[in-house]
Amino acid sequence: MASYNLKINGKAVSVTVDEDTPLLWVLRDELNLVGTKFGCGIAQCGACTVHLDGTAVRSCSIPIASLEGANITTIEGLANDKLNPVQEAWKELDVPQCGYCQAGQIMTATSFLSQNPNPNNTEIRNAMNGNLCRCASYNRIEKAVALAAKKMS
Amino acid sequence: MEDQNKITFSRRNFLRTSALASGGLLIGFNFLTSCGETAVPPVDISKLNFKDFNAFIKIAENGYVTIFSPNPEIGQGVKTSMPMIIAEELDVPWEHVSVEQGALDTTNFTRQVAGGSQSIRFGWDALRQTGATAKQMLINAAAIKWNVDAASCSASEGIIKNANGDTLGYGDVVNEAAHLEVPEDITLKETKDYKIIGKDAINVDVDKIITGKPLFGLDYKVDGMLYASVLRPPAFGQILESYDASEAKALPGVIDVITIGEKARNYLNQESFDPSSHWSVRLSKTDKVVVIGKTTWDVIKGKRALKATWKDDSSTESTKTHDDELVKILDGKNLDIRREDGNIKKAFAEADRVIERTYESPFLPHNCMEPMNFFADVTDEKVHLVGPVQTPEAAAKVVASLLNRNLEDVHIDMTRMGGGFGRRLYGDFVYEVAEIANTIKKPVKLISTREDDMSLGVYRPAIKYRISASIKDNKVTGYHLKEAAINSNMYGLIPHFFPAGAIKNYKVESGNYQSNITTGAWRAPYTNFLAFAEQSFFDELAEACEKDPVQLRLDLLKNVTDGEDSNIEYSAKRMTDAIKLAVEKSNWENTKEGVHQGFSAYYSHNTHVAEVVDITLKNGLPMVEKVTVAVDCGIVVNPTGAKNQIEGGVIDGIGHAMYSDFSFENGKPQDVNFNTYRLIRMNETPIVNTFFVDSDLSPTGLGEPGLPPAGGALANAIKAATGQILTKQPFVKFLIKHDAGLKV
Repeated sequence: MASYNLKINGKAVSVTVDEDTPLLWVLRDELNLVGTKFGCGIAQCGACTVHLDGTAVRSCSIPIASLEGANITTIEGLANDKLNPVQEAWKELDVPQCGYCQAGQIMTATSFLSQNPNPNNTEIRNAMNGNLCRCASYNRIEKAVALAAKKMS
Repeated sequence: MEDQNKITFSRRNFLRTSALASGGLLIGFNFLTSCGETAVPPVDISKLNFKDFNAFIKIAENGYVTIFSPNPEIGQGVKTSMPMIIAEELDVPWEHVSVEQGALDTTNFTRQVAGGSQSIRFGWDALRQTGATAKQMLINAAAIKWNVDAASCSASEGIIKNANGDTLGYGDVVNEAAHLEVPEDITLKETKDYKIIGKDAINVDVDKIITGKPLFGLDYKVDGMLYASVLRPPAFGQILESYDASEAKALPGVIDVITIGEKARNYLNQESFDPSSHWSVRLSKTDKVVVIGKTTWDVIKGKRALKATWKDDSSTESTKTHDDELVKILDGKNLDIRREDGNIKKAFAEADRVIERTYESPFLPHNCMEPMNFFADVTDEKVHLVGPVQTPEAAAKVVASLLNRNLEDVHIDMTRMGGGFGRRLYGDFVYEVAEIANTIKKPVKLISTREDDMSLGVYRPAIKYRISASIKDNKVTGYHLKEAAINSNMYGLIPHFFPAGAIKNYKVESGNYQSNITTGAWRAPYTNFLAFAEQSFFDELAEACEKDPVQLRLDLLKNVTDGEDSNIEYSAKRMTDAIKLAVEKSNWENTKEGVHQGFSAYYSHNTHVAEVVDITLKNGLPMVEKVTVAVDCGIVVNPTGAKNQIEGGVIDGIGHAMYSDFSFENGKPQDVNFNTYRLIRMNETPIVNTFFVDSDLSPTGLGEPGLPPAGGALANAIKAATGQILTKQPFVKFLIKHDAGLKV
């Protein structure tokens, strides 16, 4: 066990955990930030996606020891007083079915749009390809990313 | 055509009202069965008891309405669409309605009601009746206040009016209404007057979902809760021989390592145990090793550190075993006849031509995105269980029996579920966590990893169909379908689905091979593969009859008279209309160059669906571009939710037909995570365009019926593009790269 200092959703936090603990379980079990989901544990499904310095990463596969001083944003930190444009688009197009994977989808989409604010459809499909949705709400995810881009421009 | 507005109900039995201590009216009702004669809704809203009623409406003094929905939500949208039906008849603006499910930590909240894919179909009459009854009570209260005849008053959008033009809001009379008799004479709305039903209503949980609020079983926690991870045999047919937990126990986060299994064995061995009566029971005889720890990561690591040896207890089977056994069944003569019309033997003997094909599908895991998990706390006072399960009532019964407790001691709270697809009908993980909590006497959450989930069973069974048909004078004269499946066969009225009734000489037979690999319902059970087999076969029949594939289906449907055969649930008229709509919307056979189309139509779960898949070829391989879907589900309650279900079902059907494979070697599943097991992803996804047949008929379910036709339409499009006839899933394993040697 060791102590690690991170910035999560703008707040400084300190956790004492085993050094190999994946960020996902630090968020869920230690910090009660359960919006980030567990799907596969091997970075294949994207349900656990968070931002590390603004870039989408798979929290299930990043050990806490590599994150000393890191700046992390989770789904809980995306909206301040109001929803961000990606969340707004998700709501407007009624994207979720079961809803379990959607936090990860939104985190991937938000990071992608910050890097490519004006994507075409192929770019959207490629960017979202790493996030599984077992309910297959893919059509609406695709449309919502495009709508979010429009809202942000 | 059935009359929507005349339904006989005993309102006294299924509705009870009470005046709330806090002001306002609470109406308890039961939309599936009538509630107990003596049950009365509470005046204290925190004491809602979902044992007596399975839903409640609260009308507050400001006229705002809260609908307490007890139904499990697995992504099918009933938490939104069922309250819409009540709000329509109650006649309040949808914006004034909120939908609540009890807080997860409320100990009073015991919902022992299972949902099911039939929620809307079964709930339709009672939900409308409830809303309309509440509205009439409010009108009656206003009429008394005005001293006028209630018949001269009307209500709309939460406002009651009388003939003099006076108005009162629902909130103004709600306290008086609470003391009135429940009226017996209720008029339901005409469909043309609907203001909420038929309009898009966004998922009521959407804000919580997109901001990451705790909603799912995996998110549930209590203070002092421990975690448990279960080590099970790596192969079906094996049991635990011995284990060494010394390394696991040495880990600082591991609290204990225990074994479970004895309770399950006792349960299975009890004299009264009847496996057929508990379809939700999936218990195994082996001991299992359980790591108890402080965090999820502690128990994942602890389990990895366990050393166990296993021994064979029964045969360990491989995919080859299943293939051989199922073919033996198809070749043999010991099948059960499920439907037989005319004389197929004669039809085949007199035919110009007989066509035969065998279709084969693998086992499939459900792969809900939220892995199986459950919470349990077993104390002397009670057994408290919380989590995602579709059959809480059955689970409670089994747990009571396992732990030798009174059923009244067992409380199950349900959470929103990260997908179901049939998997959470089976409560194996509930029984395991109950046995764990009973041993350690501390609150504990069982967590499965993806690897646990994909290897612990309850799969869609592997199935083979052999279909043969006789053709004479370019007409189909006989049809013979054989089903060989693992463990069990097509159920209910499936043997009477199309083309039953459309072909004079017709026979369906089935047989099964008993395996120790656990199988169960998987989204659209049996028809998820049967529809592919039949709808692919029809395209070959069409070619043999020198007909357009759509025309062949339409011609066959002309042979069916609706209502003539009570076993035949599908309607030839409704199916014909759905087919025509799909043809119109898809530009059938009138597409751009390079686009190839495949057609399929199927009735299941009381809904008629026709689909056209458009593909193109890229580097000689199919790219699924678009699916046009026509659906007759009667009245569409919530169009956005309805389309969501169809879009998901169609892509799910295409994804599993195309990519997903699951095999066994010596009882051991060969793929246990998404690095090798393939699910459809965004890049492989077609655009789905959904159209609904206009209808005034009662609504039917949508969670499943979009899926079955998809695989057949895709296979037919591939055949149209390349000439390759696909008979085995997943297609990706068998696709031949298109080249000049194949038909264009």
